[in-house]
Amino acid sequence: MIALNRIFLLLALPVALFAGWWFASAGSTDFYVPPLATILAAFDDTWFGPRLTTDVLPSMGRLGLGYALALLAGVALGVAIGLRRALRALLEPVLEFLRAVPPPVLVPILMLFAGIGNGMKVLVIVSGCVWPVLLNTVEGVRAIDGVLADTCRSYRIGGRLRMWHLVLRSASPQIVTGARQALSVGIILMVISEMFAANSGLGFSIVQFQRGFQIPEMWSGVLLLGLLGVVLSLLFRIVEHRVLAWYHGIRAVERQR
Amino acid sequence: MLTVTGLHKVYDGHGRRVEAVGDLTFTVPAGRFVCIVGPSGCGKTTLLRCIAGLLPPTAGQVTVGGKPVAGPPDGLAVVFQEYGRSLFPWLRVVDNVELPLRAAGLPRTKRRELVNEALDAVGLADAHTAYPWQLSGGMQQRVAIARAIAYQPQVLLMDEPFAAVDAQTRADLEDLIRTVWQRFEMTMLFVTHDIDEAVYLGQRVIMLSAAPTRVADDLEIDLPDGRDQLGTRGGPRFAELRGHVYAQIQKAKLEKTGAEARPRWGPDRGAAQARGTSAEQRTREGRHLSAAEPKRPESI
Repeated sequence: MIALNRIFLLLALPVALFAGWWFASAGSTDFYVPPLATILAAFDDTWFGPRLTTDVLPSMGRLGLGYALALLAGVALGVAIGLRRALRALLEPVLEFLRAVPPPVLVPILMLFAGIGNGMKVLVIVSGCVWPVLLNTVEGVRAIDGVLADTCRSYRIGGRLRMWHLVLRSASPQIVTGARQALSVGIILMVISEMFAANSGLGFSIVQFQRGFQIPEMWSGVLLLGLLGVVLSLLFRIVEHRVLAWYHGIRAVERQR
Repeated sequence: MLTVTGLHKVYDGHGRRVEAVGDLTFTVPAGRFVCIVGPSGCGKTTLLRCIAGLLPPTAGQVTVGGKPVAGPPDGLAVVFQEYGRSLFPWLRVVDNVELPLRAAGLPRTKRRELVNEALDAVGLADAHTAYPWQLSGGMQQRVAIARAIAYQPQVLLMDEPFAAVDAQTRADLEDLIRTVWQRFEMTMLFVTHDIDEAVYLGQRVIMLSAAPTRVADDLEIDLPDGRDQLGTRGGPRFAELRGHVYAQIQKAKLEKTGAEARPRWGPDRGAAQARGTSAEQRTREGRHLSAAEPKRPESI
């Protein structure tokens, strides 16, 4: 019963919105706002044909690579900065500045250096995704419990074991928070990087459709991006559930007290 | 096994100079169970951290097994008061106990053997796969004790380990720690603010003065080795020893306030108020004096 109730709450609004859109647009003769039925028909034709391999998968590949590199660099730099007070003091102003630069403005600059190929697009994604991961990792590492750190020292737990079991696991709730923010930034940058100069990708296709007055196809691209975001955040939650099981467990125990 | 010679520790920072440990000298022979008691805030934890090699002393020396301490020494384990924060919440009980052994590079079979033995010894044979936060406070502290035992230390330091558990659990853990000490034959240094606990557990009680800490008195506890909560605590000799320790601690506290009263309320008073610290110090001192009994643990 509770499960049914939850499923209802989860799906009620999306279904209502979808139905509202469907019926409101059903008789639409406006060229720019085609009926949803037309958009869905275009969706099927557009994205499950050759575009899947020429546009969707390359976009996803660049997002995946850029996001992975950003996670790696963000966590590595974040740990290094978080563990050293002097480094933190030295880098903090610069980091604040770099974080404040909106990543899309880097696209023209990166194009000069990295061309208009995959390299540039991955770099744009990395340059945007790295900040939330980096800054959250620094905070997480700084907040390592003193007693736990003393425990490691007195039991001579060092090196790789200390890095994993003390530093990274302690900081993991914050790292996950940063990674979640980075994921949405990454999707935005994936699209934007393809709108400037590209010959493939989701953002590129949507712009092409708009310029070619293929309006249902353009709308279907927006739908696809929305769905993509939902699927990625679901995957993220599954991973988070595994990685932070201990953290959610403690929170649940604390709520009971 | 453990010697502390002329230990002196001053915290210097933010324009305030706090002399935590004045001048401490004592020796703990191998295999002995020694308790250290002192009034709250007397620098017990500072002393323990210096012995554990977690804090460099300002002057003086600590040796463990004949070797001077500079950093966490070999063959020494610490059980901290904050059991909830000294266990790794992302590791199961077994893995918590095993981690120091992995760091020490012991082979897997040997590790498993030691972990099982230690968890059996503290009565947690059936909690192997639980996470620490799924256990009660007393059981968490048992895990921390098991981790210390499995490490096979020659010296085990305990920093008010039972201060945060309820009274009944505390009695159980006290008996447990006596059993563990007798079974594994290590040298125990047990720091506490609880006078009864110190007399019940130790073969010897070292009483500390208020900060800056010195040894106020050093007392052999001539109670028989087989101790139990009812018989031992109810006996006349226990009451005598407890009374002696209690009197020494009270004396140490009074000496401290007597020595400090003059500058605080004398000509220096204006300056102290100008610094804005006098009111705070006064209330703290007031509480200190009125504390007839040492602080009891909060029950959970």
